[in-house]
Amino acid sequence: MDMIETKALEFAYPAEEGEKPVLALRGVDTAIEKGSFVVVLGHNGSGKSTFAKSLNAILLPCGGKVYVEGMDTQDEACLLEIRRRVGMVFQNPDNQIVANVVEEDVAFAPENLGVASEEIRRRVDDALAAVDMTAFMTHAPHLLSGGQKQRVAIAGVIAMEPECIVLDEATAMLDPIGRQEVLSAVHKLNREKDITVVLITHHMNEAEEADRVIVMDDGRIALDGTPKEVFTQVEPLRTMGLTVPDTVDLLDRLRKDGLDVPLDALTVDECAAAITAALAKN
Amino acid sequence: MLKDITLGQYFPGNSIAHRLDPRTKILLVTLYIIALFSAKGWMGYAVMAVTLAACVKVSHVGLRALVRGLKPLVFIIAFTGILNMFFTPDTHYLWEWGILRVSVKGIENALFMVIRIMLLVMGTFLMTYTTSPIRLTDGLESLLNPLKKIHVPVHELAMMMAIALRFIPTLIEETDKIMSAQKARGADFDSGNIFQKAKALVPILVPLFISAFRRADELATAMECRCYHGGEGRTKLHVLKYQRRDYVALAGGAVILALVVVLRRLGA
Amino acid sequence: MEPILQVKDLTHTYGAGTPFQRSAVEHMSFDVNEGEFLGIIGHTGSGKSTLIQHLNGLLQPTAGEILLRGKNIWAEPKKIREVRFKVGLVFQYPEYQLFEETVYKDIAFGPANQGKTGDELDHAVREAAKLVGIRDDQLEKSPFELSGGQKRRVALAGVLAMEPEVLVLDEPTAGLDPAGRENLMANIRDYHRNKGKTIILVSHSMDEIARNVDRILVLKNAHVLMQGTPAEVFARGEELLSAGLDVPQITRIAMELKRRGVDIDPAVYTVEALERQLLALRKGGAGC
Repeated sequence: MDMIETKALEFAYPAEEGEKPVLALRGVDTAIEKGSFVVVLGHNGSGKSTFAKSLNAILLPCGGKVYVEGMDTQDEACLLEIRRRVGMVFQNPDNQIVANVVEEDVAFAPENLGVASEEIRRRVDDALAAVDMTAFMTHAPHLLSGGQKQRVAIAGVIAMEPECIVLDEATAMLDPIGRQEVLSAVHKLNREKDITVVLITHHMNEAEEADRVIVMDDGRIALDGTPKEVFTQVEPLRTMGLTVPDTVDLLDRLRKDGLDVPLDALTVDECAAAITAALAKN
Repeated sequence: MLKDITLGQYFPGNSIAHRLDPRTKILLVTLYIIALFSAKGWMGYAVMAVTLAACVKVSHVGLRALVRGLKPLVFIIAFTGILNMFFTPDTHYLWEWGILRVSVKGIENALFMVIRIMLLVMGTFLMTYTTSPIRLTDGLESLLNPLKKIHVPVHELAMMMAIALRFIPTLIEETDKIMSAQKARGADFDSGNIFQKAKALVPILVPLFISAFRRADELATAMECRCYHGGEGRTKLHVLKYQRRDYVALAGGAVILALVVVLRRLGA
Repeated sequence: MEPILQVKDLTHTYGAGTPFQRSAVEHMSFDVNEGEFLGIIGHTGSGKSTLIQHLNGLLQPTAGEILLRGKNIWAEPKKIREVRFKVGLVFQYPEYQLFEETVYKDIAFGPANQGKTGDELDHAVREAAKLVGIRDDQLEKSPFELSGGQKRRVALAGVLAMEPEVLVLDEPTAGLDPAGRENLMANIRDYHRNKGKTIILVSHSMDEIARNVDRILVLKNAHVLMQGTPAEVFARGEELLSAGLDVPQITRIAMELKRRGVDIDPAVYTVEALERQLLALRKGGAGC
């Protein structure tokens, strides 16, 4: 079953007077499987953020269609339901927190949805527990660290009980610790609550544990596959202005030097094991 | 540092003052202000000061934090005091110079005025210190609800106020950052005449406004993503419900107002 | 040679006398040598931001002193602005401080405050723009029409135009994509190579630090945890990891190889160096 399906999706931002609008998305055909963890990579201007914002009807297609569990994002009647099912977390943690107290912020979405008070309470408690932020329930958000703020934002989305979370470069402004906090939080949600995750990023290493990696370039899908399949495409990735993980870079060089190592040992452990084995064979 | 300004900042806590219904607190502050303007003579002000002191005590908010809240208002307070001191008409003057005349009544007026403003500000701040902005706006929204009948956009106003309060600390921090960055480029905010000083603010204000607009834009999108569609059909995490303590507090407030009014009669 | 900057027993305490009292920097001492590329790394809250705001006199030490060419920068508090022109500080996300109508005017803000006029000012602006790769035809544009990466370059040029002797960069590549990061760092390396000026780079990314600097200063909990060349610092990889800091991915691979019994120097931090070591091993192995 597909969570989201896009068909020949096109989008153009309104152009300045006298200029022709440039397509940010030029025909994206894909389907996001339910329960999967998908990472979308691409350099700035590749269309990855536009793609993300098309998934929950923040941007509506100029051409083609986007379906969320069968609902057309252009169907106004489905708008709230689409946004409830596909939650979104943005880049700047400060600009998506509405309330002055953590629990009030997490409650914001269920309040908008007209959920009964006792049920909101339960959802807020569950959502904060799910991202490990229960201890900060009554804190003021502006005093939290970046990683903590983003986890509050994730909790705010979880409280809608969505099927899918889209993180639009939600780790870009965080330090390595904050990034790690956010990543482990979404991985846990994917694993334990079976929530579909679409993670938009330009950090290659965030894709290591994904089920699927989509690389966007110039408004189209350029590469699509498992992390191992995608990251071994060393040359195409480089021409698209992306780097490959250092592990693949090293293995690629060693292969060119004539050492018999695989290219798809992505993690540090796999890479070290592969090199050790190759050296022993020698 | 700008960060030290505590203008109405909420201090989380769990005292009785924190737990009172926000509507109760708004009503109490209203009673308090009426009482403050009815107070006359030393006894009246003493009652108000004791009332405030008692409220401060039960709120667990440090007196120091309240006094610090007065800092940005020092100029206004001093100005009002001076105005009253020099321009109160009386029959007998202690000191005269041109239109400036100081009388006993003038000094007394000035003192009362200063005390009144200080009590007013500290009392109001005590409410904002002990009430989270969300609860405060919830309270206001609920109290003003009847106005919806005459098409006053009560929910929208409350929401705007809540968001403004939410972004005050963020924008203060941002101002600090921009100031430091411009100082690093040699900007000078301290010297020069008023005109030069005003001009020196441009490098702070332009980036600040641009950033505020950007934040507003992003926040609006984030709110839409979280299914915000106006006040219709909205529920609340914390439903406001009057408790026993609210009735007690309101009764107490009423008694004090009555006391001040009686004192005024007796004094007259 | 005398160090260009000396930090001596620096302590900075926020909110002294309040319940929120907290030392962001405690007894830090280190030197910055003329012409070197120094990297500073540490977590958020390690005291990095507080430290660098002392280097150009934006913050005043609670205790200790900062010497610029042997002279305490606070010796004459009235002349602290002079220090800010000599130690140029580029903040995080500097594009958010742009305010002028044109790119040219914005870059000119710093040098004009410095007192430069006429040809001297014009030269400073154009030179700085060139250093960061801003084209002449972009100078008359509004800075707000540019892309995010270009705005950041303009902001960087605004500090370079003051021709500082020391350039301090706080997370210059934060939020940029890999290509943008690499381009900007290449500009900064060129500037260092061609002008020979001292640079202090603050970064979260061990990989970025490892690839660019001559010497590293590691901060933790308001103190200096280690300092030394990248090889010296990464030789203590286990210690860095247990302090909750990262090491470059290449160093982690080398550490893991070492753990698996491969005879390798784990203090390696570039792909090329590790590749060389492994090839040498293979040749040695083949000879047996």
